[in-house]
Amino acid sequence: MSVREFAERGADLQLVGIQKRFPGFTAIEELDLTIPAGSFFALLGPSGCGKTTTLRLVAGLEEPTRGRILIGGTDVTDTKSHERPVNTVFQSYALFPHMTVIENVAFGLKRRRIGDALGKAHEALRLVELDHLAQRRPQQLSGGQQQRVALARAIVNRPALLLLDEPLGALDLKLRRQMQLELKTIQEEVGLTFLHVTHDQEEAMTMADTVAVMNKGAIEQMGAPAELYELPRTVFVANFLGQSNLFTGEVVDTTSTALTVDAGGTRIVVPTARAQRHRGTVAVGVRPEKVTLHTHEPAGSADRNVVGPGRVLDVSFSGVSTQYLVDLGALGTVLVFAQNVGFGPVAALGSEVWVSWEIMHGFGLDDVPGEAGRFPADDSTTSIAAQRRDSLVSELEEG
Amino acid sequence: MSGEVQAAAVLGGFSESEQQEDARGPVGAPRRRRLGLGDWLLPAYTIMAFVFLMIPIAYTFVFSFNDSIKSNISWRGFTFDNWLNVCNVEGGAVCEAFANSVIIGLVATVIATALGTAIAIALVRYRFRARSVISLLLFLPMATPEVVLGAGLAAQFLALGVPKDMTTIILAHTMFCISFVVVTVKARVSSLDPALEEAGRDLYGSPSQVFWRITFPLLTPGIIAAALLSFALSFDDFIITNFNSGSTSTFPKYIYISASRGIPAEANVVASAVFLFAIVLVVASQISRAARAKRLAKLD
Amino acid sequence: MAFAAFATAEAQAEAPKRRSRIALFLLLPGILYLILFFLTPLISLLLTSLQAPAEFGDIGVYDYAFNWQNYVDVVQQYLPHIARSFGYALAATVFALLFSYPLAYFIGVKARRWPLLQSLMLVLVIAPFFISFLLRTLAWKQLLSDESFIITSLKALSLMAPDAHFTGTPFAVIFGLTYNFIPFMTLPLYTTLERLDTRYLEAGSDLYAGPFAVFRKITIPLSMPGIVAGTLLTFIPAAGDYVNASRDFLGGPDTQMMGNVIEANFLVLLNYPAAAALSIILMAAILVLVGIYVKRSGTEDLL
Repeated sequence: MSVREFAERGADLQLVGIQKRFPGFTAIEELDLTIPAGSFFALLGPSGCGKTTTLRLVAGLEEPTRGRILIGGTDVTDTKSHERPVNTVFQSYALFPHMTVIENVAFGLKRRRIGDALGKAHEALRLVELDHLAQRRPQQLSGGQQQRVALARAIVNRPALLLLDEPLGALDLKLRRQMQLELKTIQEEVGLTFLHVTHDQEEAMTMADTVAVMNKGAIEQMGAPAELYELPRTVFVANFLGQSNLFTGEVVDTTSTALTVDAGGTRIVVPTARAQRHRGTVAVGVRPEKVTLHTHEPAGSADRNVVGPGRVLDVSFSGVSTQYLVDLGALGTVLVFAQNVGFGPVAALGSEVWVSWEIMHGFGLDDVPGEAGRFPADDSTTSIAAQRRDSLVSELEEG
Repeated sequence: MSGEVQAAAVLGGFSESEQQEDARGPVGAPRRRRLGLGDWLLPAYTIMAFVFLMIPIAYTFVFSFNDSIKSNISWRGFTFDNWLNVCNVEGGAVCEAFANSVIIGLVATVIATALGTAIAIALVRYRFRARSVISLLLFLPMATPEVVLGAGLAAQFLALGVPKDMTTIILAHTMFCISFVVVTVKARVSSLDPALEEAGRDLYGSPSQVFWRITFPLLTPGIIAAALLSFALSFDDFIITNFNSGSTSTFPKYIYISASRGIPAEANVVASAVFLFAIVLVVASQISRAARAKRLAKLD
Repeated sequence: MAFAAFATAEAQAEAPKRRSRIALFLLLPGILYLILFFLTPLISLLLTSLQAPAEFGDIGVYDYAFNWQNYVDVVQQYLPHIARSFGYALAATVFALLFSYPLAYFIGVKARRWPLLQSLMLVLVIAPFFISFLLRTLAWKQLLSDESFIITSLKALSLMAPDAHFTGTPFAVIFGLTYNFIPFMTLPLYTTLERLDTRYLEAGSDLYAGPFAVFRKITIPLSMPGIVAGTLLTFIPAAGDYVNASRDFLGGPDTQMMGNVIEANFLVLLNYPAAAALSIILMAAILVLVGIYVKRSGTEDLL
């Protein structure tokens, strides 16, 4: 594939057995990944998980220690960055400060000696609605405008693959929404393959058709956003992508449809099809918004798990919904999100409550909290502080 | 020679870190790293450039041990005599010139540092109308060739009938050091958070207490750097000195005058000693700074 | 360091408005000093340059006059010296830039991962400052004299004509000027290259620029402030230098520069008006050249 001509459409990207080591630490242990042409793919993970390194490997800014990279079926592992049909929207935008906006956008076209570079650059600027600022310097633009220039500078080259490195990180909420929409529109119009790297789960879920959750240099789980959310397979995914109530216990009964777990004396049932492990110690969970709060003990039901009584530890009102933290004794604490359909909270602080959820909403994980290490389901202040510190340290290492 | 030792030390340090990187390399069957031209060309060039820069220094150092009789041009054998008897040739002319240079350097440094520091503080902390004119007045001496500075002062001393001696040299050196002091100290003042002084006032410090207990200690590194720079400039200055010295000898002037008939090896001794002293001072401060940075990093 | 003075424009944030009496007290002594020992000397230089020989005086005695003929005389008499000064200084500046850029690039960009190595290399760059300017020039004179190992080897290898010399030629003077002002070039280059954001280079590479195009289109323009500062710091002292070109050092009778004739006229021939007129010409020429250069290199909006 020559960089002298435009890519007709997006190309698929294949990473085969990629490993990347830096002096002192391993960024990517073993990575196999295929991103089909024309898709919007997000790599989601905390800082230090290796997602930015993956992006830099694809862009050709780093060389893999082992493994191959294929774009559209062509092996580009040994191809230098400037010869790859790939463009990047950098996290810092990296707009050349000594060039005007239009010079920035036309830069790639001129390097490839593509005719009418300026005309095409103006066209790309019109697409991001910034053509009227073409003669400005990047420093004279706002953050959001700079971001759009960076986007125009990348897509004007019609790369087979467009890489986005947390490009929305520096924007405020309103601009983010605007840019997310714009990116989606551009992708639908131009039909490129997008590889988007982010630590923001909401951004990944709203934009991508496929999300891969990365942790410690490997992909934990991959799938459509809704699928990942509704059926997480590991403790890390369950906690990183939204919030989860997790219970650890022994499997006491397995049928073809239901799996019963004894967690600290309480029996919790999950569908067998939604459980990864069917024997021994397992972690099962449910999303907080699937849990219902009762002020009186509800009648037992075959398709609901009922747990209680417990005590309301904390109530926080956030407009649309109210969050309750319920202490269930041996079972630990449970988080409940309740829509504010009536007036005021359902249960007062300190009152006695029961919780229940439909069995079909539960899920069983492949590992148990503590095994996964990085995000144990422990929310004491010291462990939160330790986590924050770990993530800061890894962030520093990555930068 | 000392220069080559330095260069070798640098090279040693460099190749060591490269090796470490390789040693931590991947296990199994790593991909072969592409060794581009740039990977070795630039380091190789850097090494050669440093060797080139060190050649005259090495030469000066080596020839300070030459068993020379009159001129110190061809190698006649190794001796320590020059180092042991520095002040015993030509009635101690080398040492006298050296001592003059040190005195001039010290006095000019003290005056220039005091005047320059005051200007730097005023420029950063106060606003006044003549600002751009003063900036220009400070910039011009640095942009004027030394020969013009020297000739100008000499013309003025001549017109006023002032005899040229050590005082005129000091006056001249102070003049060209001031601008450099201002620039160096100003960089430090600008980097200071004015809130520190405000905090000092907030905590009941009088203006003079705030200055002497807060501003001045924080400025000290910048002031020291400025003083070292101005001493170095003064000590090595020849061109301006030559116009304003009359019969007073300084170390550079001594070399200039002896150049036509041959430099005694003692001049090499003095220059080598000064060089070693300065380099040890600078390298030690760099290493201690690096060590401190490492300790701070470890505290994390 | 001092070199930043050329690179950074007076882009001061508005300083707080405070009692200007203290400012005056801080400024006055230093400014007065510069007026007395920098500004009035320039004026007396100007006055001296217009003096005429005293009617009934010895050599070296002049009266104040408006003898602008002095300028015509010195230009006529010393035109080759004036041309040489600027020619040699220009050549030395170009060579110093070519020598220093890769060096500064290695220290400032490639060696970023090893801060101690970086600072030790900087020490090596300024190390020549620690040994007398005159002695290092003399060292080169000895090392490049006709009997020296380097020159005899070159002759043995037929890389130099058997009867050729190195010292005393324009090449030797340019060589000496280049060597002596390399640190002035390397330090400001290092200062800008050290701050060079390598993400711009990666972005260039991502946008199909090969290594050479990245260097030409991104690295060079972004390091322009350092290039301007370095060339000025090299060119100005080189144009006024007279040690390298002096006969006792690397020069010969045909390599004399403006500095040499200013020195000779002032200190030997006692022809003060001629020396003063030459000084004024040198200074004016440098100010004009620097002004044009800074304008044309367009570094204002990079600063």
